[in-house]
Amino acid sequence: MTTVHLTDVHMQYDGNRVLDKFTYTFEAGKFYTILGPSGCGKTTVLKLIGGFIHPTDGEIYFNDKKMNGIDANVRKVNTVFQDYALFPHLNVYENIAFGLRIKKVNKQTIEQKVSRALKLVNLEDFKARDIQALSGGQRQRVAIARAIVNEPSILLLDEPLSALDQNLRIDMQYELKEIQSELGITFIFVTHDQEEALALSDEIIVMDKGKIVQTGTPKDIYDEPLNRYVADFIGESNIVKGTMPEDGVVKIYGKAYECVDGGFKPNAKVDVMLRPEDIVIKPHNHGKINVDVDTVLFRGVHYEISVYDNDGYEWIIHSTVAPTEGQPYSLDFKPEDIHIMLPGEDEESFDKRIEQYEEQLS
Amino acid sequence: MRRLLFIPYIVWMGIFVIIPIGLLVGFSFFDIEDNLTFSNYREFFSWSYLQMSISSFWYAFLITAFTLLVCYPLALIIKQLKLKMFWLFIIILPTWINILLKTYAFIGIFSREGLVNNLAAQLGLPELQLLFSDVAFVIVGVYIFIPFMLLPLFNSINSIDQSMISAAQDLGATRMQVIRKVIFPLSIEGVKAGVQVVFIPALSLFMITRLIAGNKVVTLGTAIEQQFLTAENWGMGSTIGVFLILFMMIIMLFTRTKSKTIGVGRL
Ligand SMILES: Nc1ncnc2c1ncn2[C@@H]1O[C@H](COP(=O)(O)OP(=O)(O)O)[C@@H](O)[C@H]1O
Ligand SMILES: [Mg+2]
Repeated sequence: MTTVHLTDVHMQYDGNRVLDKFTYTFEAGKFYTILGPSGCGKTTVLKLIGGFIHPTDGEIYFNDKKMNGIDANVRKVNTVFQDYALFPHLNVYENIAFGLRIKKVNKQTIEQKVSRALKLVNLEDFKARDIQALSGGQRQRVAIARAIVNEPSILLLDEPLSALDQNLRIDMQYELKEIQSELGITFIFVTHDQEEALALSDEIIVMDKGKIVQTGTPKDIYDEPLNRYVADFIGESNIVKGTMPEDGVVKIYGKAYECVDGGFKPNAKVDVMLRPEDIVIKPHNHGKINVDVDTVLFRGVHYEISVYDNDGYEWIIHSTVAPTEGQPYSLDFKPEDIHIMLPGEDEESFDKRIEQYEEQLS
Repeated sequence: MRRLLFIPYIVWMGIFVIIPIGLLVGFSFFDIEDNLTFSNYREFFSWSYLQMSISSFWYAFLITAFTLLVCYPLALIIKQLKLKMFWLFIIILPTWINILLKTYAFIGIFSREGLVNNLAAQLGLPELQLLFSDVAFVIVGVYIFIPFMLLPLFNSINSIDQSMISAAQDLGATRMQVIRKVIFPLSIEGVKAGVQVVFIPALSLFMITRLIAGNKVVTLGTAIEQQFLTAENWGMGSTIGVFLILFMMIIMLFTRTKSKTIGVGRL
C-alpha cells in the first residue's frame, strides 16, 4: 500500500510553467480522477508520479520515501498510456509478459500471471494475436493487463478511454471500476470527460492551467462547485449574478430568495448557480421567476427546455414533463438548490468560510 | 498516354541494366582466344578463386560489422541531441567528397610520415606499418560507408515513438534493456537496409583495396579489375562479374525489408 504525496510541485518546460504549486495526497486503494481541459497539465502530473520526468521544484513522496530523481523503471507504479503504447513487435502474450521477463520471473510464474491478467480483461482467446490485429477496445485491455500483471501499488491511466466509441467506453468504465475494486490498488485516472470522472471516481481533482481548482468526491464537486469554471466543467448549470444582503438570503434581479449559504461580507457580489434538474416548471405566476419557454428538446430520459426570463437571460431546465413552446411559465426551486459561489475564492478560503458559517449556525 | 510515360524508364533500364548484364553473361562464355567455352566457370570454382570469394566476403563482412557497430550507438546518440538533423547532416556531409579524394587523404594519414606515425613517434612508440595492411583497408572502408549505414539506422530509430520507450521503462526496463528489447527489434528494418547498402558495395571494392591495402587484400573486385585491365581476359572478368551479381542478388533476398512495416513504432 502506497500513499503518494505531492508537495508544492512545480514543473517547467523551457521557462513555461505547466504545473504550479501542485499539492495533493493520493491515499492507497482509492480511485482518483484528474479532470481538466486538454493542456492543463494532467499528463504532466502522471509523468511526475510515474517518474518519467522530475519536478523543477517541490517534493514527491511515496509513503515516507522521497522519490525526486528516482527513475520510472524502479518505481512500483505502472501506466496505461494515452495511445496504449503496445509493442508492435510482440504479440499479446509477450506484451503482457514484458515486465515479468524484465524482472527475470521464472517461466511458470509468468505463464500463471499472464493467464490471470488475460482473464481479468477478458482476452483469454487472444494471447497469440498480433497487436495490429486487435481492435481499439482490445488494445486497451492489453494495455491494462500489461500494467496490472506487475502488481503495482499504483496504476496510472492517461485518458485510456478517449479513443473508444461511446458504447465501448461505457462498458470499459464498468470494467475499470470492477478491476479497481478487485485489485484494491490506487488508480489515478486522467480524463477531460466529466461524465467519466463522475461515474468512476472516489475523489476528483479538477485542474485548470496547471493548478488544482477543486478537489472532492464527485457529489461534493457536483453539488458545491467552487466557482463558475468548475460548475461549467462538471455538468450543465445556470449561472446568474446576484448579491448576498445577509446570510441565508440571495438577491437575484432585485428579488430576495431564501438560500442555505452564508459567511460572506454583506452585499457581496456572487455567482448564483442552479442545476437544470433542480428547477421545476410551474404555471405562470406560480413560481419564483416568470419565463417564456423557447424550445423543448426530447433527450430520451428527459426534456431539455430552454426558457428566457424577463431580463432576457436564458435558462436550461431538465424535466420529465414538456411545457408548450412559446407559452409563459414560471420557475421554482428550493432554497437548498441554490448554490452560491464567490468569484475568485480558492478552495482553502472556501473551506474556511463554510466551516466558520456552520459553527456560527450551531 | 500512361504507357508513353514508361518509355524513358524502359529505355533507360535497357541501355544501362539489361544490355550490360546481357553482355556480361555473353562474354563469360568466351575464353581469351574467343572460343565458346565453360572453362571460365570451371576456373571460377578452382581453389584460388574460391579463396578470393571467401576473402571478399570476409572483408565485406568485417567492414559491414564494424560500420554497424559504429553507427548504431551513433544513431542512438544523435536521436537524443537537440539539433539532431544538423548533426546528421554534418556526418553525412563527407559523402559529397569524391571517394578517391578521401582515400588519398587516408594514404596521407597512414603513411610512414603521416599523421598517425607522427603521433606515435611523439609518444615514443615504434613506427607502425599501417598503409598496405588489411587493418587500414577495413578502417577506410568503415569510414567511407558510415553515412550510408547511419542514414537508414537513424531513420528507423528516430521513427520509434517515445511512448514505446516510456512504456518499456514503465515496465522496469533499464536503459540497456530498452535498447535490446524495444529499440533494436523496432529498428531491425533499418539495420537490414543499412547492411544491404554497405555489404553489397563492400563486396566489389577495388580502388580503395588497391590504394590502401596494396596487394595484401585480394578480392573479387580487384580480380575483375586485374582480368580486364592487366590480363585483358574479358571472359574471366565477366564470369567473376556474373558471380558477383549472383551474390548480390542472394544478399538482397536475405536482407529484404518488408516495406509495409518499415515505419514501425506507431501502430
Ligand atoms: N516535453 C514538453 N516540452 C514542452 N512543453 C510540454 C512538454 N510536455 C507538455 N508540455 C506542455 O505542458 C502543458 C501541459 O501538458 P499536458 O500535461 O500534456 O496536458 P494534458 O495532459 O492536460 O492535456 C501543455 O501546454 C504542453 O504543451
Ligand atoms: Mg494528456
